[in-house]
Amino acid sequence: MAVGLDKVRPDKVTEEKHLVVEGMDISGHWNRMFEQRVIWDYDVDNLEKVTNLPGGESLGWCYGCAKCTAVCPIDIVGDYSPRKIHRKTQIGVDLFTSSDLWLCTTCMNCLRVCPKEVNMIQIMPAVREQAVLTGAVPPELQKAFEDTAKHGNPLGQPQRKRADWAKAAGVPVPIMKDLKRAVDILWYVGSYPAYHPRGMDAARAAARIFNALGIDFGILGIEEKDDGDSQRLAGEKGLFEMLAEQNIAAFGKYEFNRMVVTGPHEFNAFKNEYPKYGADFKVAHYTRFLVEHLDKLRPMLKKPINLKVTFHDPCYLGRHNGEYEAPRELLRAIPGIELVEMGRCRENGYCCGGGGGGMWLDSFTKEHTTMRLSERRVREAAEYGAEVLAVCCPFEVSRFEDAAKSTGNDKLIVRDILELLDESMKE
Amino acid sequence: MSNDVLILAEHLKGKVSDISFEMTGKGRQLAVAFGGKAVAVMLGSGAAALAATLGADSVLYVDDPALAEFNPQAYGRVLAALINDRAPRLVMVGNTSMGMDLAAGLSVTAGLPLMAYVNGLAAEGGALAATSQIYGGKIQAEAVPDGEACVVSCLAGAFPADAGRVGAGLVPALEQIASPVPLADLQIKFVRMIEPQSGDVDITQQPILVSIGRGIGGQENIELAQELAEALGTAVSASRPVTDAGWLPKTRQVGKSGLTVKPKIYLAFGISGAPEHLEGMRGAETIIAVNTDPKAPIFDVAHYGATCDMLDLLPALTEKIKA
Amino acid sequence: MNIVVPIKQIPNLTDELEINGDGTGLDHDALQYVLNEFDEHAIEEAVLAKEAAGGTVTVIGVDTTGELDGALHTALAKGADKAARITGDFPRGTDSHTQAKLLANAIRSLSPDLVLTGVQAADDRDGQIGPMIAAHLGLPYVGVVTGVAVKDGKAIVHKEYAGGLMGEFEVSLPMVVGVQAAHQPPRYAPVSKVRQIAKTAKIDEIAGDEAAGAGSTVRRMFKPEAAGHAEMWEGGPEEVAEKIAALIKEKGLLKG
Ligand SMILES: Cc1cc2nc3c(=O)[nH]c(=O)nc-3n(C[C@H](O)[C@H](O)[C@H](O)COP(=O)(O)OP(=O)(O)OC[C@H]3O[C@@H](n4cnc5c(N)ncnc54)[C@H](O)[C@@H]3O)c2cc1C
Ligand code: SF4
Ligand code: SF4
Repeated sequence: MAVGLDKVRPDKVTEEKHLVVEGMDISGHWNRMFEQRVIWDYDVDNLEKVTNLPGGESLGWCYGCAKCTAVCPIDIVGDYSPRKIHRKTQIGVDLFTSSDLWLCTTCMNCLRVCPKEVNMIQIMPAVREQAVLTGAVPPELQKAFEDTAKHGNPLGQPQRKRADWAKAAGVPVPIMKDLKRAVDILWYVGSYPAYHPRGMDAARAAARIFNALGIDFGILGIEEKDDGDSQRLAGEKGLFEMLAEQNIAAFGKYEFNRMVVTGPHEFNAFKNEYPKYGADFKVAHYTRFLVEHLDKLRPMLKKPINLKVTFHDPCYLGRHNGEYEAPRELLRAIPGIELVEMGRCRENGYCCGGGGGGMWLDSFTKEHTTMRLSERRVREAAEYGAEVLAVCCPFEVSRFEDAAKSTGNDKLIVRDILELLDESMKE
Repeated sequence: MSNDVLILAEHLKGKVSDISFEMTGKGRQLAVAFGGKAVAVMLGSGAAALAATLGADSVLYVDDPALAEFNPQAYGRVLAALINDRAPRLVMVGNTSMGMDLAAGLSVTAGLPLMAYVNGLAAEGGALAATSQIYGGKIQAEAVPDGEACVVSCLAGAFPADAGRVGAGLVPALEQIASPVPLADLQIKFVRMIEPQSGDVDITQQPILVSIGRGIGGQENIELAQELAEALGTAVSASRPVTDAGWLPKTRQVGKSGLTVKPKIYLAFGISGAPEHLEGMRGAETIIAVNTDPKAPIFDVAHYGATCDMLDLLPALTEKIKA
Repeated sequence: MNIVVPIKQIPNLTDELEINGDGTGLDHDALQYVLNEFDEHAIEEAVLAKEAAGGTVTVIGVDTTGELDGALHTALAKGADKAARITGDFPRGTDSHTQAKLLANAIRSLSPDLVLTGVQAADDRDGQIGPMIAAHLGLPYVGVVTGVAVKDGKAIVHKEYAGGLMGEFEVSLPMVVGVQAAHQPPRYAPVSKVRQIAKTAKIDEIAGDEAAGAGSTVRRMFKPEAAGHAEMWEGGPEEVAEKIAALIKEKGLLKG
């Protein structure tokens, strides 16, 4: 229902000349009542388009307090937040066709503070899915979808090379298909560690650490496919479901006690989403898993790393899954490291820009913001005097390394915690 | 069947295409091995002078107003009639825009085997073997026709062109004929030529690209690359940092979030070779990388490399090209 | 308008291609098959033509992998209306002559106005199927086309020559077109949509007759020498410039 912008005057007034209620005389104007009037001041069509979608309802709950605007990472480099999106629907902006649809990284900082539980983690995928179905998708993102659909990874690399990184690990990396037995730990490597050169560095470090700890592990090799969670958040639910089915079938072929994942996005997928599709296994992010082995690991960390290190909390490890301590414990275990915290850390950690499909919207986001989130973040790291920016999400190494260069902070070293541990384990 | 080799010569806008000479040269060699003649065929209207540049044993020039411009249907009909008439041992067609419209159709109408994407031809003891470059250049397949006669479509640049030009000693007999088949009732009509649009450069359409990365140093050096591109008649493309900085328009960006290019030569100057960049240029035929860092990953995909300073190289190369 | 798009499945070229034991073909079973990328453009151009002029799009292919349905469902998700699969004893890597003849026989009964197919495929060792289908059907063919517009029983097609030069042709329908590039990049079929369609779509099945055969026999298949690492040129800017200039000249890319 839509009414124009004019304030609606009450068209009916009731007033009893004589009225006594429970002994109280409220005659005349004391009992005057206005008939309830329609209070829609704005055209709500655009809002209802969103709130009518399953998952989109909560955008309608916003009451404009602006708590979210204060924490939204995009607002710092642009003009954004759930409140602004809600408000824009009132002034004629259609979220389905607006560039706003693709900027949210689903970092969840808004939901953390919103008194009304306006949930962008559900709103965005719901609206994006409609855009995806009609093909109104930025081309870079579409390419990532296509690559994932075709090759099982968003980098467009051949599936049969998915385990090639392991050749240069210098230690055995058993593949389940060859192992032909149950393992304690099924290590889900992930697409970026498997294919991106900087991700491979972390994967190889992990392999060396697992070997040193005597972990009984195996990987899926070419039977592993991308988890698909970020594609889901970017609107391609069907793709996510297809990958979930394929991965769950691959996991089901082997026996293992627990799964360990390299990346927070995969952690989120397997912990919170795959169970909806019948997955039933325990999963840990590598930081927590290694903390469990810290007693054994600590004595191996001999080589000091005498640098000032700061840590970037991945949104999907921290806010989404409540893990803030494990990465820090690992960093503190490395001799020599001086850990400094940035202003935006832990629950209020800044977003690297890679989540919710942002990884594949680089040019698009750049066009609609003043600066990449990764660039804002490395500046912050540099402001705090950090020499090393430590991360534990495979999306982040390439993003931050690139950002360090583009912002002139070439000296800032970006390392996965796995690489730092591995370095400290060297003789 | 005769032992002749029939070669379809191509011409466009008053110029004989190189592929015609390349095939003529190779065709003559093969004709010798077969014990036949190399007959170049040219179709046109008032283009006898062009036909006379072909260094075949003889040149058959078919003149008809309907052949003034390339027309796949007219060409197909004339060739089918000639093949029927002369029953050559081998028909050579370019694996070009024109030849690709003809070869496979002729193979069906004339009932001759076709071997396509050919970049190698040999006649061993009078028997023909053709090597095809397939699967995106990843595989070579050497094949022999099941019968004696066949059609091949040859890749441009596979054989030397000079061997097929009229020259020293060879004056081919030029025979001009009218079309052996009626060409009045064609369903395909040539309308016009459309020249490439000027103004907006399309880096995906350039046969050679001068591509620069962060190694260019600053906006003030962009003109060094532009001068080279101008001398080569092409455009400057770039890695992301360069377009990000606004030194070049976004339309020039090569890579994952930019465009995918496949030029014949890709000059990568001061580009490190990040996978996001490689994604957009890996398919180039020849990649030449210049980077001061001998360990730059771009050298793993480049065919040729050098480690000199691009800022010195650019003016030096521009001068050589202009000379 | 009745538009038919014949398609072909080919090995995924991003995979490592392995040669079979006797060295005369690929190890097809080890390969993943995908739709020929030019066929993707043909499908796109067909859907664009339908959107512009109305009609139906039928996508048809020879099922050489047992997995053709995936490609057909995807085409339907992109906007094709009907799909058909030709079955028979046609293994992976079936030659172009055989596929073209099977396709032509099936297409004849559909009496198409416009047949759009990919201009070539990476495995067309014995030639492209488009001109062969046209020859079997006795229809005119224009290939290397980057745009088709249909009006009053005629098609205006743009054929690409080297260096961006294009020839415009007017062709009375029916005709066969070899599509080089659709005038828009092929749309992405969201997996969400493909999965919906896979549940409900009906695919016509046509039994194919015998194989025509390529007419030639591969005696040897091999890989060209791998590049690996760049061949490094020594020397200063002058020497390097000299070498680059020579290579540009050798490739015939010098202006004027
Ligand atoms: C999601 C995402 C998408 C991206 N998309 C793209 C994309 O589409 N395209 C793209 O290009 N990048 C893209 N990038 C960026 C990419 O990761 C690299 O940062 C970028 O390609 C690096 O550009 P470069 O090689 O010019 O710069 P650098 O990596 O800084 O390399 C500069 C090189 O120049 C050399 N050099 C310096 N001075 C000289 C000199 N005087 N002479 C010769 N050599 C010299 C140096 O040795 C160095 O190797 C993307 C990144 C991400 C994370
Ligand atoms: S915090 Fe919640 S209620 Fe407040 S403005 Fe933001 S979305 Fe609306
Ligand atoms: S999820 Fe993050 S990026 Fe998205 S609106 Fe909320 S705070 Fe902003």
